[in-house]
Amino acid sequence: MNTFYISHKTCRMKKDEVPQDLGSLGKITKEVCYATDASGKYTTELSNGWEVKTNALDVTWDDINQKIAAAKQKVLNNEASPILFFMEKNIMNTGILSSYTGFFKWQIKRHLKPAVFNKLSNKKLTKYAEVFNVSIEELKTMNVHAE
Amino acid sequence: MCMQNSFQHAQAAHCESGVTRNLLQHIGINQITEPLAFGIGAGLFFAYVPLLRINNGPAIAFRSFPGIIFKRTCNSLGITVTRKKFSSKQKAKAFLDKKLDEGFAVGCQVGVYYLPYFPKEYRFHFNAHNLIVYGKEADNYLVSDPIMEYPTTMTSYQLERVRFARGALAPKGQLYFAEHTGNISNERIKAAIKKGIKRNVFDMLHIPGPIAGVKGIAFLGRRIKNWRDKLGPHKAGLYLAQLVRMQEEIGTGGGGFRYIYGAFLQEANNYFDKDELMILSDEFTKAGDLWRNAAVQASGIYKGRLGTQQDFNMMGDQLIEIAEIERQAFLKLSTVNQHL
Repeated sequence: MNTFYISHKTCRMKKDEVPQDLGSLGKITKEVCYATDASGKYTTELSNGWEVKTNALDVTWDDINQKIAAAKQKVLNNEASPILFFMEKNIMNTGILSSYTGFFKWQIKRHLKPAVFNKLSNKKLTKYAEVFNVSIEELKTMNVHAE
Repeated sequence: MCMQNSFQHAQAAHCESGVTRNLLQHIGINQITEPLAFGIGAGLFFAYVPLLRINNGPAIAFRSFPGIIFKRTCNSLGITVTRKKFSSKQKAKAFLDKKLDEGFAVGCQVGVYYLPYFPKEYRFHFNAHNLIVYGKEADNYLVSDPIMEYPTTMTSYQLERVRFARGALAPKGQLYFAEHTGNISNERIKAAIKKGIKRNVFDMLHIPGPIAGVKGIAFLGRRIKNWRDKLGPHKAGLYLAQLVRMQEEIGTGGGGFRYIYGAFLQEANNYFDKDELMILSDEFTKAGDLWRNAAVQASGIYKGRLGTQQDFNMMGDQLIEIAEIERQAFLKLSTVNQHL
C-alpha cells in the first residue's frame, strides 16, 4: 500500500502543496483547505483553487452554454418560445421552473410553443420575467445584457 | 436596530460545520472547532443514488443530509436548538427580525442560485447551503457566510429569495439557532466525540443496501466502468466532472471531506491522548489523497486527454480501492472507539 501511496505523491495534501490555481471563485474569495504541516499536524490553508476542479466546472458550463445556444437557435427557427432559452440560461428544467412560477409542468410545456407564448397574458409573462430576472420586453426578444 | 456587534465571523471549509462552530461561539462555547463540529455531527458520508439526476448529472453526496451536523452536534452537547420552517414569506421575515432583535445569530438554509455575492459560475440550483444572519441595518441584513473570507450583506428581497429557493431540498425559509446553555465540560465533549464516531461508523459501514457508505463508493466505481459504453464519452465526462465538483468544490475542505475528518481525529486525540487516533487520522488523509488522485484521473477524461475503456476501468478501480481503504479505516475506528 505504501508504494502505491508514494507513486501518487502529487496529490498529497501538505500545507505548502495546497493548490493555488486561480479559478472563478478565487477571484472573489479564497477557500479554506485542511492540510498537514511538516510534523503531520492538521492545519488550515487558504487556496485560490485547483485546476482539476476548475476544469470540472468549465466543462459543465461549456455544456450548459451549448444547450443555451441550441435553445436560442430553436427560438429563432420558431420551433420554441423564448421560455426555452431562458429556462436553459437559468439552468432550469420544467420541474424547477414550475416550482418557481407556480405553473404546472403541462402549462409550461404549452408555453414553450411559440403560438401559445405569443398569446400569453401580461400577468403570466410577468411571472416568467421575475423568475428569469428580466423585463417582459427582454423576455420576448431574448435581448439581454450580460450580467 | 443592529444588536449583533458581538458576532465574530470566521471562514470555514464547509458551510454547515462552519455555521455550527460560529453559532456556538456566539453563545459562548469556544471549544468546538470546525473539525470537531463535523466529527461530532458525523458529517462524513457517501451516497450514490442511481436513476436520480441532479443538474443533469449523477446524484452523489459526500456528506450527510443537510441540517444534520448542527442538530447532532448540539444534541450531543446538550444545547437547546430551535429549528423552524415557514409557509409564508412574511412570517419567515418577521420571525427572523424578532430573533435578531432579541440578540440571536440565526442560521439559515438557503439556495445558492440567487445568492448575490457568489460568482455566476457557482450558482446552481443547490438548496443546501447554510449561512448566518447576525444583524440588520435599515433594509440590509448582515450575513456571515462561512465560505467567504469576510462578512457580507443582503437586502431583504435578496435574502427572501434565497430562503425561499425552490426545487429539490427547498429550504422553505428554514432557520435555526442555539440557546445559551452554560459551559460545556471536557467530559461532555469526550462523550460527544465518541457518539459522533459511533454514528459515523454506522453510516459508512452498516446502512443496508448498496448505495450508501463504503459500499456506495464501490458501487459507483463499478458503475463508472460502464459509463463509457452506456453514456458515450462526452456525457460520461460530464458525469465525472459532477463527481469531482461534489467532491472538491467549495465546502468540502478537499478530498470529499476526508481531510476535515482527519483533522477531527487529531483533535479528538487532544481529548483522549490515544495514539491510534493519530494513526487513523493518517488513514483518512490517505483516503483524501486517493480521492484527489481519482479526481485527477477523472479530469483526464473530461478534458479529453484520456478516454479509452481502460481509463474508465482505472477510474472505477480507484474508487473500489478507496472503498476498501475506508472500510478498513472505519472498522479500526470502531474498535478504537470502543476503548476510548
